[in-house]
Amino acid sequence: MTSFTDKQLTDFVYAEARMLDEQRFDDWLNLFTEDAYYWMPLAPGQQDPRLHASLLYEDKLLLRVRVERLAGARTYSQQPRSRSHHLLQQPGIEQADHATGRYVLRTAFHYVETRQDAQTLFAGWATHELMRVDDALRIQLKRVDLVNCDAAFGNINLFM
Amino acid sequence: MTKYQGHPDAVRALVRDIEVHKDLYIDPELFALEMEHLFANTWVYVGHASQVPNKGDYYTTTVGTEPVVMVRHTDGSVKVLYNRCPHKGTKVAGEVCGNTGKFFRCPYHAWTFKTDGSLLSVPLKRGYDGTGFETHEASKGMAPVGAVQVYRDFVFCRLNAEGVGFEEFFGQSLSTLDNMVDRSPEGRLEVAGGVLRYMHNCNWKMLVDNQTDTCHPMVAHESSAGTAVRVWKEAPEGTPKPMAVELYAPFVSSYEFFENMGIRVWDNGHGHTGVADSIHAAYSPAPGYFEQMVAAYGEERAKQILGDVRHNTVYFPNIMVKGPIQTLRRFLPIAADKTLVESWTFRLVGAPDLLLERTLMYNRLVNAPTSVVGHDDLEVYERAQEGLHARGRDWINVGRLYDPAERGQVNVATNGTSEWQMRNQFRAWTRYMTASMKEGAV
Repeated sequence: MTSFTDKQLTDFVYAEARMLDEQRFDDWLNLFTEDAYYWMPLAPGQQDPRLHASLLYEDKLLLRVRVERLAGARTYSQQPRSRSHHLLQQPGIEQADHATGRYVLRTAFHYVETRQDAQTLFAGWATHELMRVDDALRIQLKRVDLVNCDAAFGNINLFM
Repeated sequence: MTKYQGHPDAVRALVRDIEVHKDLYIDPELFALEMEHLFANTWVYVGHASQVPNKGDYYTTTVGTEPVVMVRHTDGSVKVLYNRCPHKGTKVAGEVCGNTGKFFRCPYHAWTFKTDGSLLSVPLKRGYDGTGFETHEASKGMAPVGAVQVYRDFVFCRLNAEGVGFEEFFGQSLSTLDNMVDRSPEGRLEVAGGVLRYMHNCNWKMLVDNQTDTCHPMVAHESSAGTAVRVWKEAPEGTPKPMAVELYAPFVSSYEFFENMGIRVWDNGHGHTGVADSIHAAYSPAPGYFEQMVAAYGEERAKQILGDVRHNTVYFPNIMVKGPIQTLRRFLPIAADKTLVESWTFRLVGAPDLLLERTLMYNRLVNAPTSVVGHDDLEVYERAQEGLHARGRDWINVGRLYDPAERGQVNVATNGTSEWQMRNQFRAWTRYMTASMKEGAV
């Protein structure tokens, strides 16, 4: 049974962001457990993803739809494609339970998404709920809280 | 030199039988005239009474580009006031929603107003003694809009004091709001789940036009709904169909499906898709819900309510309602090329939570700034907003299944791929743009 060091935990978060910026989306999807969710709340401190609207609350099926759509020949809204840039603060380890293999990390970030001549800056905090699966780390929940989650946005095309 | 202001004939000439001029979408002067005339002559949705349940509760928004506040007055009625201090112009109510108690207080000089807008007090009032204050606008308080009508808790207003009556304006189209409310076993809706706000760099009418455009889903949404269906097909046999797939899949139905589902056209620019069938017709039932409806209405009436599966109902000028999925979308004009889309959701009071959950999932999958279906639509709107500036063509075609005999007909059901409803909107546009426009007036 592997016990992860702090560096291994924080490196996991950095590596995940790099996969997104390098658009290695299939590798990225493989980081998630089969029952994982990616959640972007619509309200500050939101607790309920089911009976309150969110910007995103997607299981692995819906994440896969997103990833496959990005590569589709008739995905006109991605012609030309968007690009992203993550700037992460050092992740804080909020919880580390080596016995059960469950870890929670919180990472402040700035995220830039560009398409054509437009560039949009988003700021927020990502919370990673990780679990040990076959001696590797996997994401069970990635929660992205934007500082202005309730603002009116234009398109958000990629993943923060 | 103005092209359209004071020239109602020039405005009328922009709408032909089967085409409309590009200026409707790109010309700032026409946009300003829409705000002055179209959004002042018509009944525009403001909000829902459940947003202001208690005395002093308020909600701030816009009608056209006018800032307004909807407030529950001390007598229990709902008032809609221009959100503007009569003194220096400051917006009096600042939060999106809140409770102001028995009066509004301007943050600038502490003038106060009753919740019907009337002036309550002015600090150091004697400074106005002998100035003729009481004969000036400022003494009248916050101005109410021209007229307010609350229909089954939906609050509409007409900015102009005179004009078309509420019943005359909406006619039989109110049946969609009726159906949505009747879907609650208690006959009541509540705004629930938050509002999705999505900024569009395009003209507000592109969104309204799109609500009854049934020849685009299988094309524009092939990328999103089509991919969802394809990914789902890879799931192991026997996997229960997820709610998300049930919501996505009908978007890529065939042309034949959309032809057969039908469109109904009412007067004054109102109309709906989904007469005989719709993309909302085949959702899985929520356990216990039908029994609740039968208990409330009797079996025959319950079946009638739930069997009415209208798709998109356009309430001209700028909202769309989905009865079966309890959603109301507002297309809020900001500029000729900028529109804020708000997508609101409702709880059917007394019904299972699963229905609200489905409504919220639908809204998230289709109407959020993160929605792949939304991305498909916004891409084509924004391309059109740019493309329309080309000088090689001046007109937009809305001629699908045009019949010269359609003019003047109302309450008619027709082929689901007809653009009759769009033509209906443009006829209403001309009517309410020019109703209060004087020749030569500037």
